[in-house]
Amino acid sequence: MSEGNKIVRMANQIATFFHSQPASEGPNGVATHINKFWEPRMRRQLFDLIDNHGGGGLDSLVLEAAPLIRRPPPAEVPPAQAAATATP
Amino acid sequence: MPLVPEIDYGTPASRSEKMVTLTIDGNEITVPEGTSIMRASMEAGIQVPKLCATDMVDAFGSCRLCLVEIEGRNGTPASCTTPVAPGLVVHTQTGRLKDIRKGVMELYISDHPLDCLTCAANGDCELQDMAGAVGLRDVRYGYEGDNHVKARNNGEANARWMPKDESNPYFTYDPSKCIVCSRCVRACEEVQGTFALTIEGRGFDSRVSPGMHEHFLESECVSCGACVQACPTATLTEKSVIEIGQPEHSVVTTCAYCGVGCSFKAEMRGEELVRMVPWKDGQANRGHSCVKGRFAYGYSSHRERILNPMIREKISDPWREVTWEEAYAHVASEFRRIQYQYGRDSIGGITSSRCTNEETYLIQKLIRAGFGNNNVDTCARVCHSPTGYGLGQAFGTSAGTQNFDSVEHTDVVIVIGANPTDAHPVFGSRLKKRLRKGAKLIVIDPRRTELVSSPHIKASYHLPLKPGTNVAVVTALAHVIVTEGLCDEAFIRERCDWSEFEDWASFVAEPRHSPEETEAFTGVPAEALRGAARLFATGGNGSIYYGLGVTEHSQGSTTVMAIANLAMATGNIGRPGVGVNPLRGQNNVQGSCDMGSFPHELPGYRHISDDATRDIFEKLWGVKLNNEPGLRIPNMLDAAVEGTFKGIYIQGEDILQSDPDTKHVSAGLAAMECVVVQDLFLNETANYAHVFLPGSTFLEKDGTFTNAERRINRVRRVMTPKNGYADWEVTQNLAKAMGLDWTYTHPSEIMDEIAATTPSFALVSYDYLDKVGSVQWPCNEKNPFGSPIMHTNGFVRGKGKFIRTEYVATDEKTGPRFPLLLTTGRILSQYNVGAQTRRTDNVIWHEEDRLEIHPHDAENRGIREGDWVRLSSRAGDTTLRALITDRVAPGVVYTTFHHPTTQANVITTDFSDWATNCPEYKVTAVQISPSNGPSDWQVEYDELARRSRRIKGKLEAAE
Repeated sequence: MSEGNKIVRMANQIATFFHSQPASEGPNGVATHINKFWEPRMRRQLFDLIDNHGGGGLDSLVLEAAPLIRRPPPAEVPPAQAAATATP
Repeated sequence: MPLVPEIDYGTPASRSEKMVTLTIDGNEITVPEGTSIMRASMEAGIQVPKLCATDMVDAFGSCRLCLVEIEGRNGTPASCTTPVAPGLVVHTQTGRLKDIRKGVMELYISDHPLDCLTCAANGDCELQDMAGAVGLRDVRYGYEGDNHVKARNNGEANARWMPKDESNPYFTYDPSKCIVCSRCVRACEEVQGTFALTIEGRGFDSRVSPGMHEHFLESECVSCGACVQACPTATLTEKSVIEIGQPEHSVVTTCAYCGVGCSFKAEMRGEELVRMVPWKDGQANRGHSCVKGRFAYGYSSHRERILNPMIREKISDPWREVTWEEAYAHVASEFRRIQYQYGRDSIGGITSSRCTNEETYLIQKLIRAGFGNNNVDTCARVCHSPTGYGLGQAFGTSAGTQNFDSVEHTDVVIVIGANPTDAHPVFGSRLKKRLRKGAKLIVIDPRRTELVSSPHIKASYHLPLKPGTNVAVVTALAHVIVTEGLCDEAFIRERCDWSEFEDWASFVAEPRHSPEETEAFTGVPAEALRGAARLFATGGNGSIYYGLGVTEHSQGSTTVMAIANLAMATGNIGRPGVGVNPLRGQNNVQGSCDMGSFPHELPGYRHISDDATRDIFEKLWGVKLNNEPGLRIPNMLDAAVEGTFKGIYIQGEDILQSDPDTKHVSAGLAAMECVVVQDLFLNETANYAHVFLPGSTFLEKDGTFTNAERRINRVRRVMTPKNGYADWEVTQNLAKAMGLDWTYTHPSEIMDEIAATTPSFALVSYDYLDKVGSVQWPCNEKNPFGSPIMHTNGFVRGKGKFIRTEYVATDEKTGPRFPLLLTTGRILSQYNVGAQTRRTDNVIWHEEDRLEIHPHDAENRGIREGDWVRLSSRAGDTTLRALITDRVAPGVVYTTFHHPTTQANVITTDFSDWATNCPEYKVTAVQISPSNGPSDWQVEYDELARRSRRIKGKLEAAE
């Protein structure tokens, strides 16, 4: 299973739980959970799916929660790469 | 340094609050009602001679040595069986008593060998002591008549004599030295609860017999050591004492096996460990032990221990021994290179749940302060992380709610997804003791575990659910309790959020959660489930004990919440005898979580995004901390496969063997450029390592472990580390090589830092622990003596939170290709990946993992007992031998995961708990078929393991 699919599966598992909770908790619950436990790389992959792939395969509750999920800072450029691009 | 003193009061303490005053030998003494005269005397400092009495078991009154005279009463009653009464005047030494005792001793000694000088008990023999105490000077009877002492009488074979039984690897039974005091028999019954021993025969024929006149090894004996401890002579003796001699000093320390965290006296001669004896004052174990803690410490001096650091460029190279300095410099430069090349977040580490709190704290500090990220995780990820999440949501803290003593006050116990008599044996024995005294038991488990039915133990209900349906079953229990009006409304109104309760109650009351509806997919008969629910709700103090059979599911966290709901709905929180009790797997898995091993939490369970908490550590450590959660173990492996995670420091953890979906783990490790493993042995993960740092055992370092009841216990160094350094020193040196300015000179200074930064540890220090023995966190100004029971005056979060728990079937489904469900677990004699126990004589009980199959499933496939079978899932396949048993239900197979050659985790999948990514070890759809040899993976892996253990200049290590 590709890593993208794994992100979808994990996000949808969280959404499945919150589907069963009172409706008021849904999107907030999903977003809080992802904010609390997902490392920026994982959130970046999630936003990539949402922004660039139409949220393919993601549960509607995850999409609803997306605006509440903290956008991670852009991926760090490793010092080596930065040095390479800085060199004329 | 002397032996740690322990007074034997002869009979157990009385719990009565009513006090009684009497006079013994002219001393007035006040003791609780129900105390024996023997115990009262001892408390007054007068030791009445005794042989059959010891305070670990109830009085028996057989040796006739402890007789006393009581004014106004006839005869000479036994002081062990005679309770105190107000105003009694007791004499323990009179002419009449002296004569009787001397006569009794003379009879004992007339049938006992007089080889005291060469006897293993020399220096620790109560029979010898008593002969001295009563002034025995003569034995008139001789051995010429009937005796058990000599193999031959007058040249003829003596049918009474029996040779030593040396079948148990750890102790011997010498019938000739037995005085038939039956202490061993009673210890086996009352303390351990196995009933393996009996006294066979009558009169002069009587003797101790394991089972039906069997050898110890072939009997039901579980080798817990209680009988050996109880024996007053050399009849039952540790082989290590026979070999080495009596210890000269002892040190109290904590077992490094399971989460019960038993206290032991390490009895020493110099730096040589003579034996481990459970410490009576240990508050987790109360003087009891199991085969692992008591006997299985031989791994610490096993020849396969690696004592020098090693490096290799590629994992296909042989290892090269290097100096510590070279190893530190290499790791530091590699980690810095990787971070330069791939970014700050491209490395991380795993703390060990087997190492001390202090060592764990240092690893997470190295990662947060030195690596500059939060990529730290621990093996709790794969066991109890759902407990942390679930209980945190419901109660406001991940803490288990009780101490182990609480079990003595319980009336109804639910054991769900746990097998304590195998995995937490000392707690198992304490539970059985309470059950024999009348508490009721409900077992929820796919297997018929020992607790379901064993001597003098019978569960009122066994709900043999289909693996993966925990949420449905626990929610159905709640359905019955709610719909039949069995909730504790007063408790709920006072302690919980009422509107959340109402919401939850209407949810569980829906007919689809009724046991009649769920029976179809859980396999649990509705009537039994209803009965169990009624019993739990109405049977008095109700407690729930659970293990990894709850957490290691895709709905692990949901089940934990469902358990919390059940406890709150029945008012079973906040006092002794009740509660939600997670049985933690490893010795310090509680501690490793407490110490901030999770990627999203600093020590004390404070989220990394919390500015105030980060500020405390930033000021102390002088660095800026990253406020984003780091990667969890499975995420690290995913990132490694993806190419963004390249280096890892793993202390005391064997993820290749213990984590699920071995092929994914090995792919992740293989994709990394610098894998650093710190361990006692070249474990399976080390097959993929570039640097190996030798570890030290719990006998070789100071520190603390925190057990499943949150008890912080001292670990004390009794010998010099064979590898030269305790693990905390290695981490510190590595940190220094990476430019961190650490100057700890003793683990106590690390604990001081923990106490200074972590409110729940505020009052903990080594001095304090030396003074009070142990404490259960939170231990702070508000709770200076610790917190044996949580939530006594309201929940940590304020109001208890009821949470809806909807059952969602796992994606891991059976079908035509994989029609059976595999579930996994532990066995008594082995421990987790077996790195320790496989290197002890415990292998005699379990030398390979077996696949338990129901006779019906076996017959369908033409599999017989002992046949090799191929076990396949969508993740992989392996082979192992079959064990045909109806302990498992049809459709379910079971195996342990203690042996690397089996590789049970090649089979398990990468599915995991929705909230915590805790892997779904307990449910894998599989197929089995007859096999005639190891799978391709096993052959390849064996070859890889062999190659990767080569050390330059050394013969190949044999494993």
